[in-house]
Amino acid sequence: MKASKIIMIIAALLPASLFFVPMWTIELSAPQYPEPLGMEIWITKIADMKTGDLQNINLMNHYVGMKEIPTHIPEFDVFPWVVGGMVILGVLLGFIGNRVLFLAWFWLAAIFGSIGMYDFYQWEYDYGHSLDAKAAIKFMDSAGELITYQPPLIGTQTILNFEATSLPAIGAYLLFLGMVLSIVAYWVGRYEAGHKFPPL
Amino acid sequence: MKKTILSITAIATLAIGLIGCGGAKKDGSGAMSGGNAEKVYVAPGEHDEFYGFISGGFSGQLAVYGLPSGRLFKVIPVFSQDPEKAYGYNEETKPMLNTSYGFVPWDDAHHPDISQTNGELDGRWCFINGNNTPRIARIDLKTFETTEIIEIPNSAGNHSSSFVTENTEYVVAGTRFSVPVPQRDMPIDEYKGNFKGALSFISVDQEDGGMDLSFQILMPGFDYDLAHPGRGASHGWFFFTTYNSEEAHTLMEVNASQNDKDFIAAINWKKAEEYIKEGKFKTMPANYAHNVYDEHTHTATSTMKKEVRALDPAECPGLVYFLPTPKSPHGCDVDPSGEYIVGNGKLSANLTIHSFTKMLEAIKNEKFAGEAYGIPVLNFEDVLAGTVVQPGLGPLHTEFDDKGNAYTTFFISSEVVKWKLGTWEVLDRKPTYYSVGHLMIPAGNSRKPSGKYLVAMNKITKDRYLPTGPELCQSAQLYDISGDKMELLLDFPTIGEPHYAAGCSADLIKEQQTKIYKLEENKHAWVAKNEKEAKVTRNGKEVHIQMTMIRSHFAPDNIEGIKVGDKVYFHVTNLEQDFDVPHGFAMIGANTSELLIMPGQTESFVWEPKQPGVWPMYCTDFCSALHQEMQGYVRVSPAGSNIELSWSLDGE
Repeated sequence: MKASKIIMIIAALLPASLFFVPMWTIELSAPQYPEPLGMEIWITKIADMKTGDLQNINLMNHYVGMKEIPTHIPEFDVFPWVVGGMVILGVLLGFIGNRVLFLAWFWLAAIFGSIGMYDFYQWEYDYGHSLDAKAAIKFMDSAGELITYQPPLIGTQTILNFEATSLPAIGAYLLFLGMVLSIVAYWVGRYEAGHKFPPL
Repeated sequence: MKKTILSITAIATLAIGLIGCGGAKKDGSGAMSGGNAEKVYVAPGEHDEFYGFISGGFSGQLAVYGLPSGRLFKVIPVFSQDPEKAYGYNEETKPMLNTSYGFVPWDDAHHPDISQTNGELDGRWCFINGNNTPRIARIDLKTFETTEIIEIPNSAGNHSSSFVTENTEYVVAGTRFSVPVPQRDMPIDEYKGNFKGALSFISVDQEDGGMDLSFQILMPGFDYDLAHPGRGASHGWFFFTTYNSEEAHTLMEVNASQNDKDFIAAINWKKAEEYIKEGKFKTMPANYAHNVYDEHTHTATSTMKKEVRALDPAECPGLVYFLPTPKSPHGCDVDPSGEYIVGNGKLSANLTIHSFTKMLEAIKNEKFAGEAYGIPVLNFEDVLAGTVVQPGLGPLHTEFDDKGNAYTTFFISSEVVKWKLGTWEVLDRKPTYYSVGHLMIPAGNSRKPSGKYLVAMNKITKDRYLPTGPELCQSAQLYDISGDKMELLLDFPTIGEPHYAAGCSADLIKEQQTKIYKLEENKHAWVAKNEKEAKVTRNGKEVHIQMTMIRSHFAPDNIEGIKVGDKVYFHVTNLEQDFDVPHGFAMIGANTSELLIMPGQTESFVWEPKQPGVWPMYCTDFCSALHQEMQGYVRVSPAGSNIELSWSLDGE
């Protein structure tokens, strides 16, 4: 079998890791939480980083009126199908071996990935802005506006006494690696067809 | 002339030198000068290198200190009720203090000992004895809670206890006061020959630490004072000091101090196991409590045990030998190699050390000086390894370092004396302030002692601290023993009487700590695992409130339908699953202590309301920013009222 096909099949299989490892993590540390609280976002669930973390994040959040972190969201019904579909499609394309279709797979993954990130941002926004009017603690900023608590999409941000760090987890890195490999498969396919490697 | 000038110059130089030295000494005296303050300074946020478990003596508790800082971390309630932690007050732990005499809410805690494997400390459990109403407690070093207490029958004054064998096969108990066995009504002056001293071997389950009184050896009616296990070559033996071999029963201070020599009793417990296997024991009726705390039901149960297996040493040759030891020996200490057995003859001018090898040799040759109640007595000279000549006054206890040195406390002369094993020469002595009893070197009673620190525990402090009326604190003193000479680093006050201590490297214990109890594993009979499970049920005049607590409210927090004359049980479950977030619970006028409930735990107390009204309850442990709001009300109606039982949280 041609190298490009093998690379493409590997590329397509890598996102399957999302069924086994988390794709994103949000960690919260504070003076009284030297060992941070954390949540893991999977394609099927939101989970404790260590036992009790979600409950403890909810407990902290309820004072400022934030909603509880959902145990189930509609996305969890969709993500496994999308990821599973992309894996099967990618493997099929690998066997077919048409390098242009490799590129198409990359763009499809990129589009789904972007939609996923946008969805994540929306969820974070809602999570940080939809506050219970009866919240025990209401802080105002210098302009007299109610402070909101949206965690960062990626990176670190201070929210009251907490430092929130949002970062891709192993699953996201493997997905990204799969996408890069699909482009590599495309290039290798070109080379196998007699083209020179394009200048980098 | 030249010579004279030189001499004058020399003298002047010397004088300046002296003045310089004098000045420096004046300014720099005290702990700071030698860097001693630095040696005990543990910077904020840093951890101590050792745990010290210091007995509270007549407080009945066990205090946990950090060494070298001397900072107090926790007082573990063991034999005494503790209203702060509800120990012995809440329904769950009351059975821990049950005995054959009923509920005994206090004891005199004496000798903590940490469990061992292959003669080295393993940090699983800490045992400690109650002297007054004979008991042994086991403390789990994952939770720092007392999880088991076993009463010792046929005993009185459980003093030579609770020392463990080198693989924690047994923890021992020995009676300080001999008594009629079994107890009976008889004239006191018929003591001699009729009273017995029971030495008890309590087996320890290697999985869960569970204690079981395996057998007792019924010894002559002496007083069994202290004990330590053999180790290495002498593993399989246990050594007990005795006094009152005179068998006196009155004016003991005189009448029990007449014999030139009392004994160290050498017990071959492996031989005892053989006799038990052969069935050479007598099963005696007994009545003693065995109390076990279950980590999943969060509840203790007390079971009365009804028999004990007894061995009579006169009928079991090879089981016990007596080693004559001068003048009422107190401490009985075995060196790290297991060869030397130190008898600290408290009324003797010298310190006597026996040799295990010589003892075996004398036994092999059957060279006996005589016998006492059928027990062979060996010749003093045959078993003597050496004598530390006139090291001090009133030797009590000896511990060991990792360099072949021994350290003995002298009560009367208030000092610690360092001496060399084998040469028996005195190397150093340092005063204590004052009247030192026990001393402790971390792992000092194991095959591998630490050679860094020594803690001396003093009975009297007089002028050492700010005075606090007639009753003053007792104290511990920390010495650096890493060098040739001991150096006093630190004094720190202790709770109760610092009777004895056990210490070990912090690494052995700190990584295995339980942080929370898992709520899903809570099997308490009245648990409510979430707010939906919270409820109130009535059974005649008994009302059970299954309540939950989480930052920062109770569920339910409004309860109506309680009547005067009801017996109201609050069963409160802490729903938290977060490290270091206990909640407290208190009810106005409850005739008991608060509850202090760890995450995932359920605790209960009884409240018997005496007058109609609306009565508040609240959280006592500052848990969160809205701790003050963590409160609720119970409505109490007159006895005949027809108000229905109801409960709610936020109207739901």
